[in-house]
Amino acid sequence: MTAATMIKPKHQRLVLLAIALVVLVAAGLLAAWALRNQASYFYVPTDIATDPPEPGRAVRLGGMVEKGSLRQEGDGVTIAFVVGDGKARVPVRFKGIAPSLFVEGSGVVAEGRMNAGGTFIADNLLAKHDENYVPRELKDMNEHQAKQVVAETQ
Amino acid sequence: MTAEFGLVALWLAAALAALQLIAGALPLTGRGGELAGLVRPAAAVQGLLCAVSFAALVVLFCQTDLSVKLVAANSHSAKPFIYKLAGTWGNHEGSMLLWVTVMGLSGAFVALVERRLPERTMLATLAGQAFVSLGFYAFLLMSSNPFERLAQPKVEGNGLNPLLQDIGLAFHPPTLYLGYVGLSVAFSFAIGALITREVGPAFARAMRPWVLGAWIFLTLGITAGSYWAYYELGWGGWWFWDPVENASLMPWLAATALLHSVSVLAARNALRAWTIMLGVVAFSMSMVGTFLVRSGVLTSVHAFAVDPERGTFILALLAINIGGALMLFALRAGTVTEGERFAVTSREGALVFNNVMLSAILGIVLFGTLYPLLAEALGARVSVGPPYFNPMGALFVVPMLVVMAVGPLLRWRRDRIGRIRHELIAIAGLVGIAAIGLAAWSGIGLLPFIGLALAGALAVASLMPLRGRRLLRTPLATWGMVLAHFGIAIALFGMASESAFSVEKLVAAKVGETTQVGPWAIRLDGVQPVAGPNWTAIEAPLSASYRGGSAVVLHPQARSFWQPPQQTAESALLTRWNGQLYVVLGEEADDGRWQLRLWWKPFAPLIWLGGVLIALGGLLALLGRVIADLRRIAAREKIAYRRERQGR
Repeated sequence: MTAATMIKPKHQRLVLLAIALVVLVAAGLLAAWALRNQASYFYVPTDIATDPPEPGRAVRLGGMVEKGSLRQEGDGVTIAFVVGDGKARVPVRFKGIAPSLFVEGSGVVAEGRMNAGGTFIADNLLAKHDENYVPRELKDMNEHQAKQVVAETQ
Repeated sequence: MTAEFGLVALWLAAALAALQLIAGALPLTGRGGELAGLVRPAAAVQGLLCAVSFAALVVLFCQTDLSVKLVAANSHSAKPFIYKLAGTWGNHEGSMLLWVTVMGLSGAFVALVERRLPERTMLATLAGQAFVSLGFYAFLLMSSNPFERLAQPKVEGNGLNPLLQDIGLAFHPPTLYLGYVGLSVAFSFAIGALITREVGPAFARAMRPWVLGAWIFLTLGITAGSYWAYYELGWGGWWFWDPVENASLMPWLAATALLHSVSVLAARNALRAWTIMLGVVAFSMSMVGTFLVRSGVLTSVHAFAVDPERGTFILALLAINIGGALMLFALRAGTVTEGERFAVTSREGALVFNNVMLSAILGIVLFGTLYPLLAEALGARVSVGPPYFNPMGALFVVPMLVVMAVGPLLRWRRDRIGRIRHELIAIAGLVGIAAIGLAAWSGIGLLPFIGLALAGALAVASLMPLRGRRLLRTPLATWGMVLAHFGIAIALFGMASESAFSVEKLVAAKVGETTQVGPWAIRLDGVQPVAGPNWTAIEAPLSASYRGGSAVVLHPQARSFWQPPQQTAESALLTRWNGQLYVVLGEEADDGRWQLRLWWKPFAPLIWLGGVLIALGGLLALLGRVIADLRRIAAREKIAYRRERQGR
């Protein structure tokens, strides 16, 4: 290519702009498509009971750890418990080191997926960290639940 | 008194920022030209006052002055001194004061050192810096005053979040902020150049060291933050796509693109409007990050406190600064004349490709980070994690890395692929050999496979620009580029290897029991209580032996802090040349066994070594540029001096 065949500066700028725009729009569309498929939705046990996510899809489950439901399995590192929201209950299994503030009767957000048998297999448990850090879902849920409890007892 | 002293200094600094804005902006309109002389001194004194104010807060924290609300809420007298000191920025108000201080000091540094910009551009730049600073002063003084007193001093403070009580707190936030907020200089330069329409190679040469400096700190800050999260959280991962990590990654992506486009502008007088745009975008991303972190709109371990008022305030600042800058860009970009032409196959062409890819990655990360907010507005609760970020990022990272290997071999302006065919064949051959070698291993995921196959070839390709050159004569800036690109290859190898070859074991072990993880045999020697200055802990000495070699003892702990009452797991690490052993102690199982989580992570430390090499590359390039500039100035003075003597 000789200098004469190189495009004019103005055209070069337009071509560069067009390429950048096409790539960025393509990236945006791809991202939107991927997000629809890959975002992990938040469920409470009632949602799981009425409209369960397909098994294997990454979701998050939030609710209260039911009193008396927590037990440890023979391997010493797997725990099973039930998460409830007052209306529905979901059995959960977690293999790993549970966060230290994870106790019965407190709120928890579990990241993981449902298996075919209707048990939630958690990869990660988020419990209340300290007074400054509460998973947002947990905080909102507690307020919501508090309102429900008030409504039920009146 | 110290608190009041600090507050007064902060107010004075804000007043000086106002003066700096007026004195910088008025002369540009043709009035008040005599004010122009005040701009540089105002910037310098403002930086000094910020530093004084920040020092006052540090003193308050070191003394644990419990009559100050912030200290009482976040410190404790029994805390070790280093955490009292570093705790200054381990909270919302303190970290915002650090932000403003870095911004003030950057402005002062520019005002004192930068002599190459035309005077009018300099005035506009410093006025821009003052404008942005003023917004953050207002935020600090109106809604986040760090010096607020309590009517009744507390008897004891609430203490610092134990996760932050680590030496990482002393390094990571200040380094990150120097980069994050240092980018404000690039932003102000871009604004200044837009206002005076003086965009060209001379401008780019003046801007480049400032971008480089901020980028070096940003790289180091992210690297340090990643390593800190890796060993402190005890989850075994080094990057979680947490909104706050993304908030530091986005400015880094924009700054990396800016760094390369500013080089094109300096060397070849092309990519003029694009460079200005990136200057605006880079610091805008820092501000978006601050909004995400400080407003508490997203769930994150970094969200100190959720306060809607603060969120609204930062959002308004964001809208004014970013909106204003983009508006200015839209109005003026058309008047920035086109740069020099170049062919597709050229150094410029490769750098444009790299810039577009970096921008696309930035878009992917930004979109994924903000998506939960968008979805929430539509009534859905979602979170976005690695299943989105990893493949989507790789889609653009891989082509970018391939071009990164080839780009530095191309000539400026116009080149032929045929000229570098031997190099290309060598690079492709290395990728092929690595891919065939790796295919023997089963069970490697697609992304780690690509990463490993590329890393070796990238490392070799990154050294190719040195081929045929006399190494001692090669400019420092070239060495810097080579080292930084080599660092990328090293980090990529570490990431891919960690992902492909990590072995994990989760067991409940009896005392005296031995567990095998990868090549390691690990014996639980016992469990014993230990005590620290503000915590007690259970410690499990573990004897680890590599392929039957002599045992090394590790000491992971489960710590209980008493103020605030909280438990943390202190992981223990053992680093060898070929990887890292990572152990975490969990809880006691029902039958008296102890939960242990063990990882063997081959070549994982290369991730952070690569990060450090990238930053070192930046430092070499910066040194090279500064030395060359100083030499040029010295030579010019010499010539002037000779002429003067000859004239006599």
